[in-house]
Formats: sequence, C-alpha cells, structure tokens
Amino acid sequence: MPQESPSALDTFPRLLLHHARVRGDRPAIREKEYGIWQSWAWAQAADEVRAIACGLAELGFRLIATEGTIRFAVVEDQEQVDKMLEVRASCPLLEHVIYDDPRGMRHYNQPFIHALDEVQAMGAIHNRNHPDFIADEVARGGADDVAIMLYTSGTTGKPKGVCQTHRALIAAARGGQQFDRLTADEDILSYLPMAWVGDNLFSYAQALVTGFTINCPESGDTVMTDMREIGPTYYFAPPRVYENLLTQVMIRMEDAGWVKRGLFHFFMDVAKRCGARILDRASGVSALDRLLYGLGNLLVYAPLRNVLGMSRIRVAYTAGAAIGPDLFRFYRSLGINLKQLYGQTETCAYVCLQPDGGVRLDTVGVPAPGVEVRLADSGEILVRGPMLLKEYYKRPDATAESIDAEGYFHTGDAGFLDTDGHLRIIDRAKDVGHLAGGAMFAPNYIENKLKFFQYIREAVAFGHGRDTVCAFINIDIGAVGNWAERRGIAYSGYTDLAAKKEVYELIQQCVEQVNEQLTGEGELATSQVSRFLILHKELDPDDDELTRTRKVRRGFIAEKYAVLVEALYGGKKSQFIETQVKFEDGRTGSVAADLEIRDVRTFQAVRKAA
Amino acid sequence: MSARQIGEVILNLEHISLAFGGVKALSDISFDVREHEIRAIIGPNGAGKSSMLNVINGVYRPQHGAITFRGRTRHDMNTHQAAAQGIARTFQNIALFRGMSVLDNIMTGRNLKMKHGFLLQALYWGPARREELAHRRKVEEVIDFLEIQHIRKTPVGRLPYGLQKRVELGRALAAEPSMLLLDEPMAGMNVEEKQDMCRFILDVNDQFGTTIVLIEHDMGVVMDLSDRVVVLDYGRKIADGTPDQVRNNREVVDAYLGVAH
Repeated sequence: MPQESPSALDTFPRLLLHHARVRGDRPAIREKEYGIWQSWAWAQAADEVRAIACGLAELGFRLIATEGTIRFAVVEDQEQVDKMLEVRASCPLLEHVIYDDPRGMRHYNQPFIHALDEVQAMGAIHNRNHPDFIADEVARGGADDVAIMLYTSGTTGKPKGVCQTHRALIAAARGGQQFDRLTADEDILSYLPMAWVGDNLFSYAQALVTGFTINCPESGDTVMTDMREIGPTYYFAPPRVYENLLTQVMIRMEDAGWVKRGLFHFFMDVAKRCGARILDRASGVSALDRLLYGLGNLLVYAPLRNVLGMSRIRVAYTAGAAIGPDLFRFYRSLGINLKQLYGQTETCAYVCLQPDGGVRLDTVGVPAPGVEVRLADSGEILVRGPMLLKEYYKRPDATAESIDAEGYFHTGDAGFLDTDGHLRIIDRAKDVGHLAGGAMFAPNYIENKLKFFQYIREAVAFGHGRDTVCAFINIDIGAVGNWAERRGIAYSGYTDLAAKKEVYELIQQCVEQVNEQLTGEGELATSQVSRFLILHKELDPDDDELTRTRKVRRGFIAEKYAVLVEALYGGKKSQFIETQVKFEDGRTGSVAADLEIRDVRTFQAVRKAA
Repeated sequence: MSARQIGEVILNLEHISLAFGGVKALSDISFDVREHEIRAIIGPNGAGKSSMLNVINGVYRPQHGAITFRGRTRHDMNTHQAAAQGIARTFQNIALFRGMSVLDNIMTGRNLKMKHGFLLQALYWGPARREELAHRRKVEEVIDFLEIQHIRKTPVGRLPYGLQKRVELGRALAAEPSMLLLDEPMAGMNVEEKQDMCRFILDVNDQFGTTIVLIEHDMGVVMDLSDRVVVLDYGRKIADGTPDQVRNNREVVDAYLGVAH
C-alpha cells in the first residue's frame, strides 16, 4: 500500500512536482506551433500549472466545491465558448468560462469569460502573495480524491459519469509502466479526445507516472506529418486509425511503378510468412527466410515504418474494437510491436494486456499486474483491482449494480480464459444465449469470425434455444464480384451472383474454416455452423435490418425472414422468398428468389489438456 | 456588437474613366473607401468591376480622373507604389506558382518587406538568414490564421480549388496590407468553402483592421459581409450605399433582373 505521507507520489500534483525536481530540464510536453516544435520542460510545465491553479483559486475555485455543480468551465476556443453561453441559462451555477485560444474572442466582454493567459497572470500575483498556497493544497490532496470524471459513451444507455481516483489511475499507469518497461525517455503522440479514458491513461497518467514526453500535433489534419517528425516510441490508437494508415499505404503502392510495386509485394509476402515470428523471437524460421527478411527490412520494411512514423516504436497498442486479422498481422510482420489491450472507462482501460512474445490475434492478453479476472457462471467477465472506479457520479443505483459485494466490477462482456491464461472476449454478455444443449452461444463472436473473410460482408447467426447454429450470409459484392470475374463467371447483379453454385462453394469453404477454428475454442466448439444460406438481398439500414452504424438487428431479421429460419432448421434443401425493398429514392420494389440451403461439415472438438 | 470603428476616407476615386480603344470600360465613376470598412463592388458581367480594381492598384491607367490614397492625389497609381503603400490583392483566376509549396507561395508575399539583396538571400547567411527567419515566423502566423498547417509543404498545383483560393489570400495577407483587394474570392466555391472564406474575410477585417474592397457575384455574401456597396453597370455607377439601400434601388433591380420593354 502506498504510504499516506505527503511526500509519497500518490497524487498527480505530487508527481508533477517530483518530475519538476528530478528532471526539471527534460521535455514534458511538446506542441508544434507556427511550424516549429515548442517544448515545455517539466519545471516549466509545473510553473504553468502552478499559475493556472493559483489563478483558479483567485477566481474562487476550491478543491472541494459544492457537490454536483459545475462552476468553472475551461474550453478551447470561441466555438466552445459559444456553446457554454448557449447552455448557461440551464446551468445557473456556472460562474466562470476560461478559454485557451483567443481567436475571435475580441468582442466577448462578459465579465465571467476569461482568457487562460489572464488567469495565469492572476495566478502569478496570487502566488507571490500566498507563496505557501500550492504546497498546502498539494499536501491536503489524497490518493482517494477523485482525479477525473469520465463519461461512458452511452451506446448501452444514458452516459454515466465514472469517478476515477488518483489511486486508481496511478495504479493502472504504474502497472502498464512495469508491464512494458516504459522509461522516462519514451515519446508519445497525444491526439485522441481527452474525454476518452485511453488518452487519459496513456497521455496523462502514464506520462506523469513515468516522466516521459507528450507530443501534441499542430492540428487534427497534420497528425501524419507530425507523427513522422516525432517518431514516437510508444503509441496508442483505435483500430480505425491503423486501418486508415494501411489504406493510404496501399493506395500509394498501387500508384507506384512496377519495380517498386513488385518489390513491395514480394517482400510483404516474405513478411507475412515469417515477420511476426521473427518479432516474437520464435524458433522455426528458416535461414533463407531470415536472410530475405533482413533484405526486406533494408529495402521495404524500414522505409515503410519511417513513412508511417513508426521507426522508433517499441510498443504500440490498439483497443476499443475488434481489429481485423490481416490488419493486425500487417503491422506485426513489419516489425512493429502492435499489441491489444482490454479495459473500459470503469477500469482505467486497464484489465488485460498482451505480453511481448505472447501476442495472439484472438485474445486480449493476460490479466495486467494487480488485476484479478474472474468469470461469472453466465460467462460474464468480472474484474477486481486498484484501478476500479470509485463510483458512478450521483448514480448509487448503477454503482451498486455494477460492483458486487466482493468488490468485483461486472464488465458486461462475456468471455473465457483459454488454456494459456489469455482472456478471450466473445460478445456483450446480454447478447450471449444458449443452445438447447446448454452450451454457450455467442452470435456476435461467430458473425465476426465469418466477417473476417473478405468475401463475407454480413452474417447473422441463429442458435439460441436451438440444437445447432445456422447462419444467413451476405456476400461482399466487390470482393466476390472480382473473384467471379477472374473465373469468368457471368452475373447480372447481387441476387444472381449470390445464387451461383460456385459462390456457394466459396462461402462453404469459409464457413468450414470457421468451424475448424471453433473446435479449438472450448465451449464454443458446439457453436459450429451446421447449415447456411446466402441471402438474396443485401442487408440494409434503409430496410431496418442494420442499425445506422451497421450492426445487425438480429431479432428484427429473425422475424422478417422467419420462413428462411424455419427452412434452415426444418432440413429443407431450398426455400422460396419474396421481399419488399426500399430504394434510396423512397420507392419500393420486391426481390424474389429460390434460396439454396447448404449443409456444412462440422468438426470434432479438440480437447486440450488444461 | 462590433468594436471595429469605421474611420475616415482613405481612398477616394473621382471621375474615373477608362477606355480600351473604343470600348468604354469605366465612365466617370466616383466613390470612396473608408478605413476599416468592407466595401463591395457588384454588377453584372462586363460591368467593369475588375477594371475598377485594376485601376486602384495601378494595373490600368485611367484616361481621366484622380485617385486620392492616404491624402495624396494622383492621376494614376502604379503597381509598385500601390504595393509599397500597403495595398495587396488576389485575382479572379488564381495566380499562384503552381509548382511551389504553399509555404513558399506565401513567402513571396513577404518579398517587398525583405531588406537584403538577392545575393545575401541566396547565400542564406548572416543578417539575411535572421531576416528570413523573422519572415518565416510571419508566414507561419498567416498559415495558422488560415488553418492550412496540413498543406504547408504541399505544391499548390495539387490542392483543390477552394484551398488554392485560401493560399492566395494568405499570400496577400503576408504582405501585412492595410488595404486588401479581393477579386471574386468565392467564385466557383461550394457552400461550405464560401462560409469558410466569409469567416476569414471577416476575421481579417476584425483582427487586423484591414480595409477590404471586394468584388463578388453571390448577392447573399455581399449583403452579409459589406458595410457599403457600389453597383456598376456597363461601366457606369448606378448605385452606392448600404446593402439595404442598394437592394431596394430601382436601377439595381433592373440591371440584375432585366427591364420589361
């Protein structure tokens, strides 16, 4: 347990003062401004913070303000000040609005609006008059004070304010530091939204715990350039960012001359074959492959890493959504140590991390230092540790609901620990059902596995309360169309292509591969897909079959295509269906087809010794 | 709401007439521009708007008339005088160096302010180097102001039209002009680009107090932006006043909508 003496580094202000003392002249923050990277050393950063803190005190800010009221708002620019002015009528307690960027603010002369510079100037005076003020306040703070309140995204209900203490964030940051052996020499690029727990852990808590440098890009549009200039050693991004980077590389490669393109594809094949294993220092890579990889590194991988700004990366993380296997492998095969982590706002984004040398696509790694992971009977993942939230803001009901008597937080995710002790996430717990035989059935997990094939655009798995799992498939018209053209298969449109024998063969192979993978996944081996059909129309948000964010609405689809579900489970060989469709211009029409239903090979479950 | 104070007349044009051979581009036009105001020149195609702008900064020399700028009356301006006295402009058809980067293009706007000779500049040595760094700082401020950091190093020829227009405005701003002449700054832009450009024009006027004379076709834009509007038709001035006055002027309506004969 950390000691409670004021000298212990258990709150963020204490950490800041500590770094100002021990590495006062090392860069704490860099920001690119007017085309030049400007640095603030730790001592400078501490001075700036001191000035802001004193300035806020001068305005009447107290450490423990009346609970549940926002009296101060610090915002970025004119646009946000305007928003504050708009909501001011409904926030009668809002006393001061402080802005950073003075652009366009010349004509705002309301007495409660202040420039940050003004506040700092006030603070400097305050600091002269009360030289002990900061030291006293820092001494008064405790590790169990709430350091920040982060709001959940609200995809699963009304957003809740998650109160995180200094102790929790520092514990999570220290754990990560220890796990990946982070030093004060790391450079991180900070460009994600501040309100997201990920940015808070990586760019704030870990920087203050470890003492490394935060680099802020010039603007949202310049991230790529700025990243290349800084060359971070430590990096964190959601999968979408990695995907965009890869797309840009691929587009530029397609525009390159044939020599470069040839080299690129040749060496990317080499990397695909052995790159990830070389990164993991695994054995069994042939001498020839090692030689080729070395050559490829010289000619392709190193220059490519440089273009991506990833030359110096020691550790890169992704989290927030499932990352596609090809994407993940691409970065790892280039020698970039991309890893996955698992966590949520309530756990400071810190539950599981992938250890170096133990990175696998389908797991999110092992429980992080200090974290206990347990599985409920329902398959829900429960976690306990110092990084848990203190409470939901003003929601004792929600707090009681999510933290049980033993102190475990209920994540709402279903998963299991595999034989190596790695956690595998399956689905949201509320979506997990059971087959008639009692085995767990996680439709989303199976659908994702199917969708990882480029030929499959959407999949809908059924099985809750049934004996076996059956699935609807939507082919990807681009990928399958291309595949068909190369084979000289003529087709007129989606419905026609979807009904082709050859396409059914292709999809059947994909489904069988998924079944084969499932055999190695314990309880999920019973969820192998036994029958499938390819839908005659693409699932579409306009027909209410998908949400606007393209998630399948399983219940609605089961009802709309009840005939097809019955045919799947009734053992029929084919089924006629006619469906109304809405066109983009609002007209409706109908699509009719006689859909073939295929039986798929299933495999015997492999039992591994635990 | 605005703290901007419209000042005295700084530019006064009296009885300007300009002809190309037998074609009368401008006949007997008089109007003035006050300090810190946004003054619009509008009119149908071929009304003489661009000619008017070219007279102000000395590209064309009128046959008759007098131009008084900052208390000094001349028969005509010349381009170098105009620039030296703080008049900068943009063009109807973008006139940038397409192969050069955005940064270099805007840097050319500083040319007049550079004190050191060509040779020292080329050597990038001693005082010339210090000077260039100071200019670069100014250019970076313009880049920041116009929010074009992400294209700083991009060759202008590769940029979309709306951004090229913004770069051209940047080059004019780099000269730190006291008067800015904008020739159809929003021609060919989509709604969003127009909104951005409007905001930049208002910000320039507001933050730097720059006097702005602009030609524009989009009536909505003109009426929203301008303090005063002068209307030309076939080289004659047919109206002059606030947007409201001009909007309700009979002759203006006729010129734009046509007259029933």
